[in-house]
Amino acid sequence: MEVLINLTLNGLATGMLIFLLAAGLTLIFGLMDVLNFAHGGLFAWGAYSGTWIYTSTGSFFAGIAGAILTGLILGLATEKWIIKPVYGNHIQQILITLGLMLVLSEMLKVVWGPNQISASPPSYLAGSWELGNIIIIKYRVFIIAVGLMVFALVQYVLKSTKIGLVVRAGVMDKEMVQSLGINIQKIFMMVFMVGAAMAALGGVLLAPYSGVIYAEMGLEFAILAFIVVVIGGMGSFPGSILAAVLVGLSGSFMAYYVPSLSLAVNMLLMSAVLIFRPQGLFGLKG
Amino acid sequence: MTVQLRLNEVETHIGQYHIIQGVSFEVRKGEVTVLLGRNGAGKTTTLRTIMGLNPASSGTIHYKGEDISRLPTFTVAQKGIGYVPEDQGIFSGLTVEENMKVAMKNDNDSTKERLELILVLFPDLKKFWKKPGGLLSGGQKQMLSIARAYINDNDLLLIDEPSKGLAPIVVEKVMETIMEMKEKTTIVLVEQNFMMASTVGDRFYIIDDGRTVSNGPMKLLKEDEEMRRKYLGIA
Repeated sequence: MEVLINLTLNGLATGMLIFLLAAGLTLIFGLMDVLNFAHGGLFAWGAYSGTWIYTSTGSFFAGIAGAILTGLILGLATEKWIIKPVYGNHIQQILITLGLMLVLSEMLKVVWGPNQISASPPSYLAGSWELGNIIIIKYRVFIIAVGLMVFALVQYVLKSTKIGLVVRAGVMDKEMVQSLGINIQKIFMMVFMVGAAMAALGGVLLAPYSGVIYAEMGLEFAILAFIVVVIGGMGSFPGSILAAVLVGLSGSFMAYYVPSLSLAVNMLLMSAVLIFRPQGLFGLKG
Repeated sequence: MTVQLRLNEVETHIGQYHIIQGVSFEVRKGEVTVLLGRNGAGKTTTLRTIMGLNPASSGTIHYKGEDISRLPTFTVAQKGIGYVPEDQGIFSGLTVEENMKVAMKNDNDSTKERLELILVLFPDLKKFWKKPGGLLSGGQKQMLSIARAYINDNDLLLIDEPSKGLAPIVVEKVMETIMEMKEKTTIVLVEQNFMMASTVGDRFYIIDDGRTVSNGPMKLLKEDEEMRRKYLGIA
């Protein structure tokens, strides 16, 4: 029983980290029709900058705030100078964002050196609770709670505010939103910045979870995030959390019960979705 | 009578295609100006050019004396121009209420009054207020699209083929609505249905092969069978 609970918590925590990365990706694709292969780089920059602030100041929450700020600034700069000139051209978007991904990864090595950096949870989130035979690791619960809070907050903004309404309308018909007198470019920039900040938050939360961070981590997690976006449905925010949890849980359980299949399970999941429901579980676009 | 909108030798390219090759017309305040022409003549592109959705490659568009030909779409709309596209542009996943809310520039008394009037004009919208726009019938979608453009205090409405694909009884309702709106707003109407165009229109412009080729009071076109046959293919 304790194994099941631990595998579930582990899967949920991993799922939430992937969700934080994938949610921004799916919103950016849905609204802006932009394939951002540099998104993993923003995740890695969040991890490095946040961990650096955390270890320098001793405050984990300062690290989280710093990572979010880094995400916002990098998101603003990326949208303004890299993405904007290639709107509407997918080939150029792929090439330029893949290039940016490499630049962001290499810049991490320039700023913080080529070696891995260790991180551990702050004392109040370290350790575990014991419920009989069941051991619950505090930091995993923290990640799940943060993931759910971010989901609830973004969902609230999307469902209950005018700006959220405009974003949802923009995903459906950008031209019409502009024809109603709304500056969609500003909305694009805002969504891009929020998406980047969520990725950076995922990065800084990952550091104490995995124990180490390294420059290539962005690319590795970006692949998982793309799988999640395909499974959940491109442009679907609720789809991204469901798919991320699915990927997290299947990875966690397969790694324990059928380790030889643990790497293939995500690809199998994605293939099944592409065969039976090409638009994804909650997809808006086929 | 004050000229609200003036297009002067406007040309528009879409990719390599030269769609609009010299469209000039003026719209007088308080009138319904109808753009007529065969399919593919450039009527829809003309409206999209005014909105900045397919920006003009040359020529000028003046609205209330100000050159708007190089402005982005959202700024054109903010100047007080409402647009009802040919495909209605309904946000299918949003409810009727949410579709209206996206369009509302503010929440003042004037907007509330307009909303009340809209719900009187289009009782179906009230009935389906909480239903997704995608579930509405073609006629209801058209009404929602017109309502969305009318909810703000727009001085000019550009309406693209409102009768397209609608049952005759619904066309009549749309026509009545346009007549009602005409009291408060200037309208540019693109319409293939000559009966509707001639009923609601005050003036006409015929666009053929991307150029304005004829214009005048609607009465003139009603009486000129030869012109109707030549440019519109109808007797």
